[in-house]
Amino acid sequence: MNKARLMQGNEAVAEAALAAGVLFYAGYPITPSTEIAEKMAERLPLIGGTFIQMEDEIASMAAIIGASLTGVKTLTATSGPGFSLKQENLGYAIMTEVPCVVVNVQRGGPSTGLPTSPAQADVMQARWGTHGDHPIIALTPSSVQECYELTVKAFNMAEEFRIPVILLMDEVIGHLREKVVLPQELTIVDRKKTDLPPGEYRPYENNETMIPAMANFGEGYRYHVTGLTHTEKGLPTGNPEVTKKFMQRLTQKLNPYLDRIQLVEELHLDDAELIVVAYGCTARSALEAVRLARSIGLKVGLFRPITIWPFPQEKLETYAGRKFLVVEMNSGQLVGEIERIFGYKAVERLNRIDGELITPKEILDRIREVK
Amino acid sequence: MFNDIAQYFRTETLPHIWCPGCGIGTITGAIVRAIKTLQLDQNKVIFVSGIGCSSRMPGYLDFNTIHTTHGRALPFATGIKAARPELDVFVIMGDGDSTAIGGNHLIHASRRNIDLTAIVINNSIYGMTGGQTSPLTPHDKRGTTSPFGNLERPFQVLEVAKAAGATYGARASAFHNQLLTKLVIDAYNNPGFSLVEAVSQCPVSYGRRNKFKTPADMLLWQKEHAYKAGQQAASEEDFQIGEIFKRQAPEYTQEYEKLRQKLREGKG
Repeated sequence: MNKARLMQGNEAVAEAALAAGVLFYAGYPITPSTEIAEKMAERLPLIGGTFIQMEDEIASMAAIIGASLTGVKTLTATSGPGFSLKQENLGYAIMTEVPCVVVNVQRGGPSTGLPTSPAQADVMQARWGTHGDHPIIALTPSSVQECYELTVKAFNMAEEFRIPVILLMDEVIGHLREKVVLPQELTIVDRKKTDLPPGEYRPYENNETMIPAMANFGEGYRYHVTGLTHTEKGLPTGNPEVTKKFMQRLTQKLNPYLDRIQLVEELHLDDAELIVVAYGCTARSALEAVRLARSIGLKVGLFRPITIWPFPQEKLETYAGRKFLVVEMNSGQLVGEIERIFGYKAVERLNRIDGELITPKEILDRIREVK
Repeated sequence: MFNDIAQYFRTETLPHIWCPGCGIGTITGAIVRAIKTLQLDQNKVIFVSGIGCSSRMPGYLDFNTIHTTHGRALPFATGIKAARPELDVFVIMGDGDSTAIGGNHLIHASRRNIDLTAIVINNSIYGMTGGQTSPLTPHDKRGTTSPFGNLERPFQVLEVAKAAGATYGARASAFHNQLLTKLVIDAYNNPGFSLVEAVSQCPVSYGRRNKFKTPADMLLWQKEHAYKAGQQAASEEDFQIGEIFKRQAPEYTQEYEKLRQKLREGKG
């Protein structure tokens, strides 16, 4: 029988990380994500793992990358201001293709903003917060159940695709308590290890899968890791041809796997004339608004991108010709993606940036306005 | 000169990028000779560095090597050591790298007394970016960002580490490179956070602006200004070489292992 438990979103992230096999956590206290660190501090030493509170957010990000290179699954958690600080080494993890999971429980910003209120204002920071062209994966849970499931998926994707995965939560989902049914069986993915002998191993091999196999530090492979543009052996290079090939692989390495990476939920879309697009806590209100709209005969549906980066463009393109209403707790961030696909005339917005949730009634009113 | 330690180098990556007369090559040799003397297993040795001239060292060495971000070598190294305490972790940093952008990490690695062997190669300047003043540039000396002389005063990196809780501190120079080998061995053998300051010369970005005509003049300066414990500094420029401090304190990864053990026995 499945085990049902009452759990907080942040707690579900910690439990799921442990279930996924995390053995190393480095973090720095920040509201509203601190419960994740507290839970890890309590649990990791019990299972032979390591929790370390670092001197700052930058150091936390550095520590989980270092630990991951020795072969353990690693996690850190933060909120907007800390996420800004993590961008430096987040870029390093992307460049050096080191698996790790970074949780950002979003709060109001910019700067210190509203530390105890929800927001969805780091959507673009999750995509482009670190400098340079790069791929990224960001997942947005809408329930405590999904905090659990997506945390496991985040680890799996990080390990499979050698990339940091961002779990982009918000204060409401992080602090919400609701029922979680712990899955009896979990699919756990571990990084692909090389089967080549040390002399032949190339840590950044440009193979057909686009994801090079890994070797753990300390196991005889003695390779080099650098944030400089590097050769397949991992050594620095400024050669334009080598750089071009490396950057092409790096920026396109998720492309063969988009169908599996891009998770979405679709509801009442077959006959929907208006499609509400919402994610995270906002999707909960949107779901209720769509239900209310349907009850009064309006042909409205919900498209919920669970994976927001890479944005599930092809999945949404199926609905060309419909009208869209994008609901977000920011001044309009993900909406740009939908406007880019369908043109701004097909897309309406509903935004709120005062730290208060968008209510189902607000969304319903807006549906009536734009319908 | 090189054959005795060639097995520790990725010889295909040579020649290195350092300028003629630079002290980092000599210091690299001294560190590698320490590893040779210690007979460490190359597969278990990790070299971590930040960003700057000295931080290019690990790329030339045949160990598990990681060239990280500017100032962050210590937290990367902390992650590696905390996850796998059985690995031998050496950290190579420059003076700007370790005391300016990475100053906070230096304080906290010292405070944790985590068993890392850290080496600060102090050439008194930001060399890779062309000679800007660093926190270890002496007062009145010139850099491209202190064209009229440095208004600020440097600090003693070993004093900072000591105050913050490091358990071993020592200093040598490119000139005193045999001493440097000995100190790196002692630093490795200290079960805690060890910091070795290796005074180096940057003839191109520092020497030219500060009245050193040749790299040899800078090495002679190192020879003439070094003094040993028990001797007196004759001028403000003089620096003590040898072991500066050594003491005992609980080491982070050992303490963490004790915690795990205690919890396993149900004494949490």
